[in-house]
Amino acid sequence: MNIQVRDLPEAAASAAAKTAIADCDIHPARATKTELHPYLAKRWHAHLETYGEHPYQGMMEGPPYPKAQPNASRRDAYPPEGGPQGSSLSFMQKQHLDPNNVVLGVLNPLRTGQGLRNQELAAAICSAINDWQIEKWTSKDSRLKASVVVANEDGPTAAAAIRKRAGDKNFVQVLLLSRNTEPLGRRRYWPIYEAAEEAGLPIGVHAFGFGGNPITASGWPSFYIEEMVGHAQCQQTALASLVLEGVFERHPKLNMIMVEAGFGWAPSLAWRLDRNWQRLRSEVPYLKRSPSEYIRDHIWWTTQPMEDPERRDHLFELIDWIGWDKLLFATDYPHWDYDEPSRVLPPGVSDTNREAFYLGNARKVYGVY
Amino acid sequence: MTRHVIAPVDELPPGTRKFVTIDQRPIAIFNVKGEFFGLLNRCPHQGAALCEGPLIGLAQSSDPGEVEYTKLGEIIRCPWHGWEFDIRTGQSYCDPRRFRAKAYPVNVEPGAAVVKGPYVAETVKVAVESDYVVVDL
Repeated sequence: MNIQVRDLPEAAASAAAKTAIADCDIHPARATKTELHPYLAKRWHAHLETYGEHPYQGMMEGPPYPKAQPNASRRDAYPPEGGPQGSSLSFMQKQHLDPNNVVLGVLNPLRTGQGLRNQELAAAICSAINDWQIEKWTSKDSRLKASVVVANEDGPTAAAAIRKRAGDKNFVQVLLLSRNTEPLGRRRYWPIYEAAEEAGLPIGVHAFGFGGNPITASGWPSFYIEEMVGHAQCQQTALASLVLEGVFERHPKLNMIMVEAGFGWAPSLAWRLDRNWQRLRSEVPYLKRSPSEYIRDHIWWTTQPMEDPERRDHLFELIDWIGWDKLLFATDYPHWDYDEPSRVLPPGVSDTNREAFYLGNARKVYGVY
Repeated sequence: MTRHVIAPVDELPPGTRKFVTIDQRPIAIFNVKGEFFGLLNRCPHQGAALCEGPLIGLAQSSDPGEVEYTKLGEIIRCPWHGWEFDIRTGQSYCDPRRFRAKAYPVNVEPGAAVVKGPYVAETVKVAVESDYVVVDL
């Protein structure tokens, strides 16, 4: 197949005129399989060579469902110097950060040590990914900020990893994924929440993960499209668990960000939780407020994939419930379901809300000014 | 309408595509099995460089369980979101009522005709004995 990639000079030229934005979901990739080696003890080089990674999920070598584009990424995002999409800082700058006037970009590495059964290896790779984010990305472009990735199934080790990075301005959040071995409110994950609150870092919960459970609530579906829409239900399980296990009651200063799982379902989940809580309150007596209050106070939402109803007023009603102060613009660059900054918001939004949506909310929740 | 000379036919063999900018419009010319097609290189959905996507076929179903795969190599699939367009017409198969890619007619003309004009060929040297790919814009 003959694919040529052509520069679009007009894009860079008009960048200065564009609104400054935050992109709260950027996926950095490794250019080579051995790119993490400088950050890993020699022992792990040999271990990976001999035994490989061993995630909780059954499919060892990739995501549980095939993707619609190579590396689940835009076909025009291959760096000219080679390597997969998202693996070159200079090309990310040229194709995305500069022309779209991204002044704050949050890195969310997805293939890390999260979800590996070998907990020592999980912790080593996560730590290496954290070092690598500084070395390859944030130290070379101050617009980019890193996520502390942690060995999510090993609470105390994860908490130690968060404390190690506390106060390091390269990092603006702790990153978890939505598919874990158990719902995210369970006690095994509590040390992570305690350490994050202590460090003053919000926790991003990004769709996907390697927990090994079926990816829908009723088993393994047939199609990739079902995985794509299934993130909403997985994220609802995680969020309901966090609220109902009392995580926000225990950690009143903890903020969480739901990343890439949509937000159209938020009101309906909150309504159902409230209605049932009125009837079943005695089962979770440590909750002092209605579930919807915890959600409104503690949860932020990234936009991509932007909800796209036929009628604009439906979108605005939805955002009214969530709050214009709780949405964070994200593109998901370089992934294929990328949202183009200039195309996501329909007309009819006030300047104040627009500024909050594209930048102000992100500055606030990540503490980056 | 102006006729623009894109290239000698030999420079665009079957299976290739050429990207040009005409009047500030990014355009891609395709040779699909000897037939030529022109499309605006901009996806009507979110503005991606549409013509950098792969050319695939069209999977359609008249009844559940029956799938026909036709138009092989004639459907352009956007490199971002995978929206599909017919390169003959620009028709969208995702949302044909709201979206259409811009298609331009492309023809092969003998050099003798091109020399007579009216054609625009700033960057292509035209020789009478060759054939040329020409797009109407």
